[in-house]
Amino acid sequence: MSTKPVEGLQAISVTVNGEDYTALAEPRMLLSDFLRHECGLTGTHVGCEQGVCGACTVRVDGAIVRSCLTFAISVAGSKIDTVEGMAKANELHPVQAAFQEEHGLQCGFCTPGFLLTVQDLLEKIPSPTDQEIREHLSGNVCRCTGYQGIMAAVRSAAQKMQT
Amino acid sequence: MKPAPFAYYQPDSIEETTSLLAEHGDDAKILAGGQSLIPMMNLRLAQPAALIDISKVPGIANAEVNGEIRIGTMSRQANVLDSPEIQGAAPLIPEALKWVGHAANRNRGTFGGSIAHADAAAELPAVLLALSGEVVAKSVSGERRIGADDFFESYLTTALSSDELLCEVLIPIPAPDTIWGFTEFARRHGDFALAGVAFTAQLSDGKISAAKIALLGVADRAIRAVNAENALNGQSIPDPATCREIGSLAAVELDPPFDQHGSSEYRKDLAATLVSRVIDQAFEERKIS
Ligand code: FES
Ligand code: FES
Repeated sequence: MSTKPVEGLQAISVTVNGEDYTALAEPRMLLSDFLRHECGLTGTHVGCEQGVCGACTVRVDGAIVRSCLTFAISVAGSKIDTVEGMAKANELHPVQAAFQEEHGLQCGFCTPGFLLTVQDLLEKIPSPTDQEIREHLSGNVCRCTGYQGIMAAVRSAAQKMQT
Repeated sequence: MKPAPFAYYQPDSIEETTSLLAEHGDDAKILAGGQSLIPMMNLRLAQPAALIDISKVPGIANAEVNGEIRIGTMSRQANVLDSPEIQGAAPLIPEALKWVGHAANRNRGTFGGSIAHADAAAELPAVLLALSGEVVAKSVSGERRIGADDFFESYLTTALSSDELLCEVLIPIPAPDTIWGFTEFARRHGDFALAGVAFTAQLSDGKISAAKIALLGVADRAIRAVNAENALNGQSIPDPATCREIGSLAAVELDPPFDQHGSSEYRKDLAATLVSRVIDQAFEERKIS
């Protein structure tokens, strides 16, 4: 690409939840908008669009990132995971099931970001302490559940995933 | 909001990057991890005409220890935090990195980006001051090294000129008798700190020397509390009362910024308390080991 400028619409390709997507987008398009508007995957939510709330969290090549703080063009060619990829067939991912059972959500706006962040935490630390849970989730804001249900859901998910 | 349009560049080398900087100067911004720049662009506080994405430039994303600590500018904060080599050479670096944003920010945010951005409340500028690091800046006309004490100038302003790229951060390996500590206070873990401090000192034959007390969040940039450092040098292991005195001394001349999260006076008190605490704890740990 070198020292030539890229302006206007570009063909950008990414793999999302194992499927290939290619769409035209300007360099200024955020990954969150690319997923929602170009790929039609509206499970990724946009709350603040300035990196504060965590609702837009997705995984890029395995790492959780805020998709509102990432340009789609910068991650062209990457493997992206969104909340749509968590459930297999009709079976919820254990983290999703735990959120449902433990009242880890009310309106659900923040939930996609929480689910991916919790999945990431439990892959790294299979039985986290409460402190570790709170620190890992500190970048995700929920306006309605009150967090205690979310904490309970993470503890329950950790147990489910070990058995 | 959405960022304003820009011309996007993805150079493949440092040479291409510096020639783009020479061409565009102040109209260009370097995009590293984007965790500070993209929020500013989304809010349209920053509207660069040219955005130079250095994430594909090879050779600038390694963190290694080789006679000194060398951290490539594009090294993701999460990778530096997890590096056993860096942990072994200078544990202050990972300890401070734990406080940088949230996990999702650290996965994209870069070591060099945070230092070049020079937010007054950021952790890494204070770490650079406390560890006497320097940065390597390159431009089409050459390369220069800038020491931490000369690098941070004022609010979001560094000694880098508009045609220079911060390529690498160099940090001398702390001597084995180095005492260190880091702490900060924020309303929510990962938010911008109201105040914080990075501390290092040498302790040999029971005497303190080369104390560095670097404060964040209490001025227009990361700053050293030189009077407090001087008061600590030459002393033996300080008792809690002495730590409190050093803390007060570090804060006395501060005139911190204020916002809805904390008044200027509060931040000043907080800085005194945190300095006192970090010194006390740093020596406490040394007594145990
Ligand atoms: S929408 Fe991305 S962090 Fe809020
Ligand atoms: S469930 Fe409503 S914001 Fe979290």
